[in-house]
This record gives sequence, structure tokens and C-alpha cells, in this order.
Amino acid sequence: MSRSLGRYAYDVVVIGAGGAGLRAAVEAREAGLSVAIICKSLFGKAHTVMAEGGVSASMGNVNSDDNWMVHFRDTMRGGKFLNHYRMAELHAKEAPDRVWELEMWGALFDRTKEGKISQRNFGGHEYPRLAHVGDRTGLELIRTMQQRIVALQQNDEKETGDPEKFIKVFAELTITEILKDNGKVSGVYGYWRESGDEVFFDSPAVILATGGIGKTFKITSNSWEGTGDGHALALKAGGRLKDMEFIQFHPTGMVWPPSVRGLLVTESVRGDGGVLTNSNGERFMFNYIPDVFKDKYADNEAEADRWYTDQTNNRRPPELLPRDEVARAINTEVKAGRGSEHGGVYLDVSKRLPAEVIKKKLPSMWHQFYELAGVDITKEAMEVGPTCHYVMGGVDVDPDSTAAVGVPGLFAAGEVAGGMHGSNRLGGNSLSDLLVFGRRAGIGAANYVKSAGANPVSDTSLKAAQEKIEKPFTQTGGENPYALHHELQELTQSLVGIIRTKKELEEALIKIAELRVRIGKVSVSGGREFNPGFHLSFDLDNMLLVAESTALAGLTREESRGGHTRDDFPVMSSQWRQVNLICTFDGKKVSVEKTPLPSMPKELFELFDPHELEKYMTAAEMSKGGSN
Amino acid sequence: MARKINLRIWRGNSTDGALQDVTVDAMEGEVILDVIHRVQAEQMNDLAVRWNCKAGKCGSCSMEINGKPRLACMTRVSTFEDGETVTITPLRAFPVIKDLVTDVSFNYKKAMQIPAFQPPADLKPGQARMQQIDVERSQEFRKCIECFLCQDACHVIRDHEENKKSFAGPRFFIRIAELDMHPLDVIRNRKQTAQEEHGLGMCNITKCCTEVCPEHIKITDNAIIPMKERVVDVKYDPLRWLGSVIRKRDGIL
Ligand SMILES: Cc1cc2nc3c(=O)[nH]c(=O)nc-3n(C[C@H](O)[C@H](O)[C@H](O)COP(=O)(O)OP(=O)(O)OC[C@H]3O[C@@H](n4cnc5c(N)ncnc54)[C@H](O)[C@@H]3O)c2cc1C
Ligand code: SF4
Ligand code: SF4
Ligand code: FES
Repeated sequence: MSRSLGRYAYDVVVIGAGGAGLRAAVEAREAGLSVAIICKSLFGKAHTVMAEGGVSASMGNVNSDDNWMVHFRDTMRGGKFLNHYRMAELHAKEAPDRVWELEMWGALFDRTKEGKISQRNFGGHEYPRLAHVGDRTGLELIRTMQQRIVALQQNDEKETGDPEKFIKVFAELTITEILKDNGKVSGVYGYWRESGDEVFFDSPAVILATGGIGKTFKITSNSWEGTGDGHALALKAGGRLKDMEFIQFHPTGMVWPPSVRGLLVTESVRGDGGVLTNSNGERFMFNYIPDVFKDKYADNEAEADRWYTDQTNNRRPPELLPRDEVARAINTEVKAGRGSEHGGVYLDVSKRLPAEVIKKKLPSMWHQFYELAGVDITKEAMEVGPTCHYVMGGVDVDPDSTAAVGVPGLFAAGEVAGGMHGSNRLGGNSLSDLLVFGRRAGIGAANYVKSAGANPVSDTSLKAAQEKIEKPFTQTGGENPYALHHELQELTQSLVGIIRTKKELEEALIKIAELRVRIGKVSVSGGREFNPGFHLSFDLDNMLLVAESTALAGLTREESRGGHTRDDFPVMSSQWRQVNLICTFDGKKVSVEKTPLPSMPKELFELFDPHELEKYMTAAEMSKGGSN
Repeated sequence: MARKINLRIWRGNSTDGALQDVTVDAMEGEVILDVIHRVQAEQMNDLAVRWNCKAGKCGSCSMEINGKPRLACMTRVSTFEDGETVTITPLRAFPVIKDLVTDVSFNYKKAMQIPAFQPPADLKPGQARMQQIDVERSQEFRKCIECFLCQDACHVIRDHEENKKSFAGPRFFIRIAELDMHPLDVIRNRKQTAQEEHGLGMCNITKCCTEVCPEHIKITDNAIIPMKERVVDVKYDPLRWLGSVIRKRDGIL
């Protein structure tokens, strides 16, 4: 079958039009490069649009005691000190500038009385730190950057007569392969979702900004796009994935009705005063404050309640513990038979805030429950339970340039990159991560392109990519991609979920291997034009690689930390804290190896109270007191 | 708990197509997008439909349900009678690509024609001070999820391909209004260009756009009318406008 094959050439290709991709594209264009932005959905629909609560940055507008050092400490604590310290440092230092910059591009955040950008409380953040627009912050972020790109295009039009001369959006195009020649990135290969026609790009630098992996799980807050494409593309191109065992289950997803199961209930509900109760009406979170957090969280209702009005003299309510803690607590309550009618727990803000305030502060939550569940959150409690939300693991990158380790020309930023959040991400730290490292990816790619020069795609690499795309149409065997996806989701949900054991993880790996064989027999019906069955057949392959990495890394890590809980190894180990697990792929199966986690230099080490660090680090690390 | 629902779904491409009847299970609490997905998984594997968030936040799943522009993810199956046949068709104002997927590039082209936000030249990042009350007017318009349902509903372009060239549509009238009311934007003639270049004058305030907006943005009352008022420098008279809803207008006020 001969079909038209499109060919384009750019200095840099950005895969992904969420916050990270768009920020990277802006930066690369401003550095003088020509940029292609590629995305699976329409422009402006990426996952980032769904982010609700806010973007964290220590601007100190609400509490002037806030600064980058406090933000850095919170981030490391939230990640249980498995974060790459350098990423957490850059993130905390640069986030305020990235938020202010959005304002210069037209963003309109909610304001404080003095007219500054308002900031709200969120789990794990010591001070009110999240800049926000009601509960639609992601929309503001993505639209602002989308409009910034249009502004750049308008400028190019003025100067050259062609708005798309230096920056062009290729929407509804799926990339299936990163092409390499001479050991370096040479371009990307993919297909238009609309026509099914294939296309490739010559490009010496590629920035992965493909977001998350939620669709590998059954209950998730992620959209169909979250199929881990970037994770898989990097693995297949010879890159390394790190920390893939750490998956964030957001404690509060909707549980009822079934069609909305998993849909996110923003953490702002708790930040704004929502409390969690079980079927006995108990505010159970008081029973789940881990030792390491005892001095920061209130152990009684009176103090927790006072905190909302006086944060200086009271400890915070335990509802605002980091997400992994809250998710596990809910899981335990439900398992112990104290769950709500539909297998969750209750989250109630109606007794805390007047109806008008709820509708104003949480408009889309009100709307979502009213329209989809028939629940009026200004009058009654919501039913909530954990939902797969975010992957901490991702492409192993150099913190400063975001260059992917082991693949010259490849960069990664945003959710697809690993290291920044350690074993657990704090709310609001993703949107800021997108901005900080999106920008850095743009700079990193620009510097690389200027020194590395062109590296055109060879016919051999093209041919290999082409053959793969044809497969689902030529294969026989009759496997239905939808059914396989369903099986994979059931498997990950039950065997690689919130609580894991050796036996279950081993079983998961066997089943994943079986699925891999069956994926080779997927055949799709219909033609090439906008055919979701065909599209899914590619996504499936990616999801399987992600699931395999998570199961394998999860089996290897014999401790519990953040987004990885082993029933058979329930405690956190300071030995394991010194280890990152790295997954690689040889074309047939994923392997895992241990590498040392880079340790903090003195100046960062000394930002912490040694008594706190002792809870995480070995005696040897403590006596050394920093890597320099 | 499951009940059966009859759907009549438009299937085809840019050249040819027809309505096809299917019957499918609908579970408690489901929305139209859920049952479309069930049809896709079980009966028509290659049925094309756009969606992302399934929560009314991204504006991808726009289509016409019983002839009305709506988000499929926010339309509950329980709002239809038992035994009723629900007709599902692609947006009528835009060319069909396949099945329920249309070519909405018109909107991205219009977005490109509106001059970007421009802050004061001497404003430094972090220095802006604005009161909540002053940002709220523009924030209302920035709630827009670009579902383009308002564009689809607007009769100026719905059945009048020829008007598309000179008419930006309600989505972009609120974009202009948003910038016009933005406390930091320094471009002063936005209303005039709305009138002269983007076809504001062709709007005759039928409010169909406001009615279909899933974000409940008061497109007509809060954006179009205030701009029109000030553009013509004459006090707006609602009665005069109501009287002219059905009369065909030829451009300028
Ligand atoms: C409901 C919800 C609420 C959230 N709320 C918050 C919050 O309040 N604060 C916060 O900090 N974080 C929040 N998060 C997390 C945060 O939104 C995400 O982590 C973040 O938006 C990811 O951004 P990204 O730029 O990395 O990727 P995304 O926004 O996910 O974008 C990925 C892009 O890559 C493209 N892509 C993927 N694969 C391919 C391929 N093969 N070919 C071409 N293109 C491809 C997609 O089309 C898309 O454009 C929330 C997440 C969810 C789901
Ligand atoms: S009010 Fe104006 S813009 Fe809105 S639908 Fe009617 S004519 Fe179109
Ligand atoms: S104004 Fe409303 S209807 Fe129009 S595109 Fe925006 S959200 Fe959709
Ligand atoms: S799927 Fe996002 S609005 Fe319907």
C-alpha cells in the first residue's frame, strides 16, 4: 500500500503541547530555533488543562516567611528525600520567576487584598504557596502559553510574512518512534490521526513533554492521552527510566457513579477546610500521622481547626499530609470495613464554608459533582477514594539541561521526566515543574543544536519505523485492542496498585509477558482515517512497557516509601534511600539496575534540622554531612 | 441497573455519510460519551470521536445531541426518556473529517488574527498590582474551554460558509472583550477592530451562543453588548434588538 509520506525539518521537535512542551517551545523559539510542536489532541487540550488547584512558587505573597529554601525543604520531605536534590533546588529557586512571567503574558491569577497574586494552602506545603485561578489553574496556564505562542507567530508574520515560519503546531499527530542515526537523535516518525498518513521530521534535537501514564491503570484521573508514550519512546531509543516504582495515587478521586470513577477531586477541597470521615463519622486522619511528621501536624481536632485562622501557633490538620499518606489511610479505612456506601470515604466541606464561598472557591468541583453525581457539595459530603494520578518516575535526565542520559539530542521535561519529585510529588509542584524544566529543556536543546549541527534521517531508520506502523493492519490473530487494554488495566490495578507484595508483582510480570505476546496478534478493523482501534494498538505497546518497568522496579525495591508501598516490606529503609532504580529495554524485555542517588552538597544539607535528616539517612551519611 | 439506549449516530467522512442506528447498554450515572465509547469498543471499533478530560474541562467532546450543540461528557443518559432514540451528529458549522470529528481549524485561524496581549513597556515581572474585582471581568471570559459550541450555534456562520471570512464568532468576541477589559493590556482600539475586522456588527444578539456555553459565560450580556454599546457610541436599546432577531442583517449596525 503506498501512502503519502510527509517530511518536515526543524531545529527542534517538541513532543507534547502541555505546560512543559509549550514552555519549552517558547524558550527554544526565543533562542532562535525553528520549532515543531506535536500533540495527539487538538492544540490546548493537553492534560495540563485539567489541573485544578494551583502552581506552587514561594513568592511569599500571603506569608512573607516563605522563600525558596522552605519550598525546597517541603519538596524533599514530600519526596521522602529520594528527589534529585539539584532538580528540587532549581525548581524551588526558579518557580516564582516562571509564575510572574506568565502574568507578563496575560495570565490573570486570583489576587490578594494588596493586589498581588493570591496563594493557597496545599498538602505538604508549609505556607500558602499555590498561585491559582479558582480551581481551573491548568486552563489558565495552558491558555496563557498557547496565546504566547500565537503572539510569537504574529511577530514572525510581521517580520517574514509567514506566521508558521519558525514555530508550527502539528495537532492530532502521534509520534511512534524517535529516530537515531550515528548514535544521535536524527528525528521522529509518526502518523496523522485524522488521515492515518505517515510523516517524519528531520530534527537533531527532540524534547519529550508527553506527560503521564495513568491509562495503564483502571481507576485514574488521567485522560486517554496518558499512555506513557514518552516513557516508552525514550526506553526504545536507548534511554533510561528512573524511579518507575513510584506512582502517585491521589487520595481523592470520585467513586460514584461508575462512569466518573477516578475523576479528580482537587486537593484544594482539603486546603480550603474539607475534612475526611469514615462511615462511623470519625475524622480518621488523626490516627495516621507518621512519626516523621508528628511535629508538623495537629493530633487533635481543636488545634487542626484553629490552624485555618492561625497558622503561626497551630499545627496543620492531618488531612493535609502528603498524598501518599492520605491515600494509604483511606485504603486502610475502606479495607477495615469503615468505608462509604460505594467503597470510598466521606469528604465534607459543606460544614466548613458557606455555600457562596464554596461555589466561588471551588466552582468546577461544585459543577462536577452536581452535574455528574447529582451531589450538591454545598449541602452534602462527597464520596472519595484513591485514583492513579501521577508518575514520579520518568526519563533519567541531567538536572540543568534536561538532556536524557544516554541519548544525545534527546531531552525530557514535565511529568515524563524523573527525579524531581522523588518518591512522592506535592500538589502544585507539577505545574511549577513544567514551567521551570520546560524552559530549561528549551535552552538545553538550543545549546545542543548550536553545537551538534544537523543529523539527517537515514533511509534505514525510516524503513524500520514504517514497517512497524503497518503491523496492526497486516497482523492476523484477531486480538481486540480494547479488550487487551481492559485486561492490562485490571492487572495493574490489582497487582501493581497502592499496596504491593512480592507474589503479586511476580504474577504481574508473568501476565505482562503473556500480554506482550498477544499484542503481537492485534488486528484492527476499518481504514486508516481517524481509527481509534488503530491508535490504541500503538498506545497499548507503550503502556505495557511502562507497566513492566513499574512492576519490575516495584519488585526490586524492598521497602515502602512514598508512592511505593510493599506489604511485605512495610518500613522505609535508609539503605534503600541511597538507591535509584534504573530501567532499560533491549528490544525484548525491561531490565532493572541499582544506581546511587546523588547526595546533597553541604549548603543544602545544612538547610535541614539534623534531627529530621536522621529519620531518613544512614549514620554514615549523617556524619559526612553533605557530599562536598 | 443497565438499561438499553437507542442511538442514531452519524457515520461518514467529508464526502459521504449516513445515520446509523445502534442499541447499547447504559449503566447508572453514565453520560453520552460513555455509551459512545461502549459502541466503539463493542460494535464500531473505528468510530471516530474526540474527548480528553471527561469532566467538562477540555472542550474536546463537542457534538450535536438531538440537534443541540453539547459536550457529550456532560450530557447524562438519564436526561433522555426510556425508549427514546438519541440522535448524535457532528458539529454542523464545521467540515466533517470522520464520523463525529470535525475540522475546527477555522477557530485557530481566527485566534491568530487577534492582536496578542500587550503589557505596559515599563512593567517588571512580579510588580503588577490588580484588585480581584478588576480581574474578575476578564477571568469570566478566560474560563472558556474552547469547545466551540458557541461558534457552532451562531447562525451567522452555522449555515453561512460565506460569512466565515469576515466573522470571528462569539468565542473570539469574548477573547477581544477579555483583552479589552484586562487591567494590564495597553492596546486601546480593540472594540473598533472587533467591529471593523472581526464582524462584531454581524451579530444580532440572538444569545444562542450564551445558551449553549457549558461554562455559563454570559457571552452576549457581558462581552458582546458592552462592546457594541461603546463602539457605536449610541445607547443600546434592547427592544430594538429583540425586534430584529429574525430579520436578516447585512453587516454593520
Ligand atoms: C485532574 C488533574 C488535576 C491536576 N491538578 C494539578 C494541580 O493543581 N497542580 C499541579 O501542579 N499539578 C496538577 N496535576 C498534574 C499536572 O496537571 C500534570 O502532571 C501536568 O499537567 C503534566 O504536564 P505535561 O506538560 O508534562 O504533559 P501533559 O499536559 O500531559 O501533555 C502531554 C502532551 O504530550 C502529547 N503526547 C503524548 N504522547 C504523544 C505522542 N506519542 N505523540 C505526540 N504527542 C504526544 C499529548 O498530546 C499532550 O499534548 C493534575 C493532574 C490531573 C490529571
Ligand atoms: S448573539 Fe451574536 S454571536 Fe451569539 S449566537 Fe447570536 S449572532 Fe452569534
Ligand atoms: S465561550 Fe463557552 S461555548 Fe464558546 S468556546 Fe468558550 S466555553 Fe465553549
Ligand atoms: S471530554 Fe473534556 S469536555 Fe468533554
